[in-house]
Amino acid sequence: MSAGAMPNRADACALSLRDVHKAFGRTEIIRGVTLDVARGERHAIIGPNGAGKSTLFNLITGRIPVSRGSIVLNGREITGTPPFGINRLGLSRSFQITNIFPRMTVFENIRCAVLWSLGYRYCFWRNVDRLRDANELAEKTLEEIRMTDRRDAPAGVLTYAEQRALEIGITIASGADVILLDEPTAGMSRHETEAAVELIRDVSRGRTLVMVEHDMSVVFNLADRISVLVYGQVIATETPDRIRENEAVRTAYLGTH
Amino acid sequence: MSGEATAFSLASTGVGSRLLRYKFWLAAAALLIVLPHVPGLDGSFGRSLLSQMGIAAVFALSYNLLLGHTGLLSFGHAVYFGLGGYVAIHFMKLLNAGLPVPIAVVPLVGGLGGLFFALLFGSVTTKKGGTIFALITLGIGELVYAASFLLHGFFGGEEGITANRVRALPLFGLRFGPQIQVYYLIAFWAFVAAALLYAFTRTPVGRMCNAVRDNPERAEFVGYNPRYVRLVAFVVAGFFAGVAGGLHAINYEIVAADAVGMLRSGTALIMAYIGGIGHFIGPVLGAVVITWLQVNLSDYTHAWLLYLGLFFMAIILFAPGGLAGLIMMHAPIVRTRAFPRVLAGYAVALVPAIVAAVGASILIEMSYQLATHPELGTKIRLYWMDLDAATPWSWAGGAVLFAAGAVLFRLSWPFVARGWQRATAELKQSAGGVQ
Repeated sequence: MSAGAMPNRADACALSLRDVHKAFGRTEIIRGVTLDVARGERHAIIGPNGAGKSTLFNLITGRIPVSRGSIVLNGREITGTPPFGINRLGLSRSFQITNIFPRMTVFENIRCAVLWSLGYRYCFWRNVDRLRDANELAEKTLEEIRMTDRRDAPAGVLTYAEQRALEIGITIASGADVILLDEPTAGMSRHETEAAVELIRDVSRGRTLVMVEHDMSVVFNLADRISVLVYGQVIATETPDRIRENEAVRTAYLGTH
Repeated sequence: MSGEATAFSLASTGVGSRLLRYKFWLAAAALLIVLPHVPGLDGSFGRSLLSQMGIAAVFALSYNLLLGHTGLLSFGHAVYFGLGGYVAIHFMKLLNAGLPVPIAVVPLVGGLGGLFFALLFGSVTTKKGGTIFALITLGIGELVYAASFLLHGFFGGEEGITANRVRALPLFGLRFGPQIQVYYLIAFWAFVAAALLYAFTRTPVGRMCNAVRDNPERAEFVGYNPRYVRLVAFVVAGFFAGVAGGLHAINYEIVAADAVGMLRSGTALIMAYIGGIGHFIGPVLGAVVITWLQVNLSDYTHAWLLYLGLFFMAIILFAPGGLAGLIMMHAPIVRTRAFPRVLAGYAVALVPAIVAAVGASILIEMSYQLATHPELGTKIRLYWMDLDAATPWSWAGGAVLFAAGAVLFRLSWPFVARGWQRATAELKQSAGGVQ
């Protein structure tokens, strides 16, 4: 890994974190995370409760500011960029606590997510129902998340699992090439989880996926590589098989199960 | 707001509903044309009432773009109504001085005035939503009201600014002197404003207003800056408030400090809420009802504001969807066989409700006369009764009527509920039959 190879490596990286720190007051939650996610990779972040997984997601997506360090998305520095700016650069996320537009229909939820990337921005002179590309893309996304039959239901009345699927739909609809899913199967039954895993596998095809997940079967099933976050530091980034065998990970995390 | 699937809900597509929508607009246009010739409304009083309703409807619709569509609770929307009105009346003075422009374009000038000030103040107020937004609008409302007494040249102090609507370039021979011509001018602008506002709600940014209302953070993570979405809504609302202000300037030929005042801002909120903020036409219903009450009730009683307040509270507590919500709620059950039972239930509940209202109004009217007009003595004639606030009997009578009415009203609810249960059961059954 010579210095000359660095630009190439950065190119292959969809997302790259360099020595990222985050402190709330005097408490340092993220203590120097360095992480490279390759383009097209499915990358899972695991770790015990309070390890800072969600905080890390919030830092990457601009929801909270970084204290120190840098984050690069597709070769562009995004540290300090507001969430909508990061989204426009091709990164999209879901939330641990369902985060949808509850009083709008399922279809409209999805359609809202495609408007900016199709270039409609703050357009106030065109009828949104007649924007063929936006409506087609929204319908296509509805099919992808298998919710066409719930198209006109207000999002607020959906079941929990449906809302989680809708959340994934909103996340992928904009065509972002890097998607972050924060505990996409939390609170789901076994059956619902299986469906969600299939869904995530489908929608992440051709995209770069970073996910935080507690369910180990989901993680080992989906991820190409796994990073283990313990007390704000990545103690290992390996393939699932190697993570299973990793002694440090066992003591820090898996062994507690 | 949820569960609405009518032509005027914030959703719905398809050929059928589109046809229905145009049908509605055509019917509305026909209604606006016919109204000033309907017996009872064809006098100067009726036509002036209709004119006021039209102005209020535009104002309330513009307000609801903020409240219902974008989730922004403003306490200072009259600022843009009033400042638009001032710009319009100054423009009318230019017309009086010989500028060759017809008076019919004054609302557009008022709108541009509203737009300008909405852009100016909105760039500050829309930074945040929620409570912070509400409080800043309150502050700006007070600020502009105070300024209206300081900046004499623009606001004209206590007397306001006056102009003449007749001394301007005629339009197709019309000089807009008679109230009927003014009415049609207002009706035209109200129709155009409503159509444009409705169209706005169906644009990409209009839908993002709904998104920002529902969840500003999510909107941010699909690429939108909620601040700019709010600002766009605010500026559009300011424009149409200014149009209403311009119509006000034409109708009254005067704009004074009350045009920017807190009372007018509150009226917009009350109209939108009573009409129903979840439906596009809700604010229009609210504007019609409240204007009617303002004009008529104030003739009968000094306590009309108190009654208005009670009415407002009743709507918020018992029908948070407003009048439009009540109507839409009944739309699906109108055709059921159980619907007459629902109506019968309402009839049963209505009797004690009226008794309670009569009792309450006895107490209110006597209190009001003693407190505000002691010189009129203690004797009052109310409905068919001669009351004397000096005797305990009148007070006791009022109290008994109110209490008995209220208790019986509460007891009558099961009748209403039973009717509804039957109607909804019938609906479910017929839905099951289709499958």
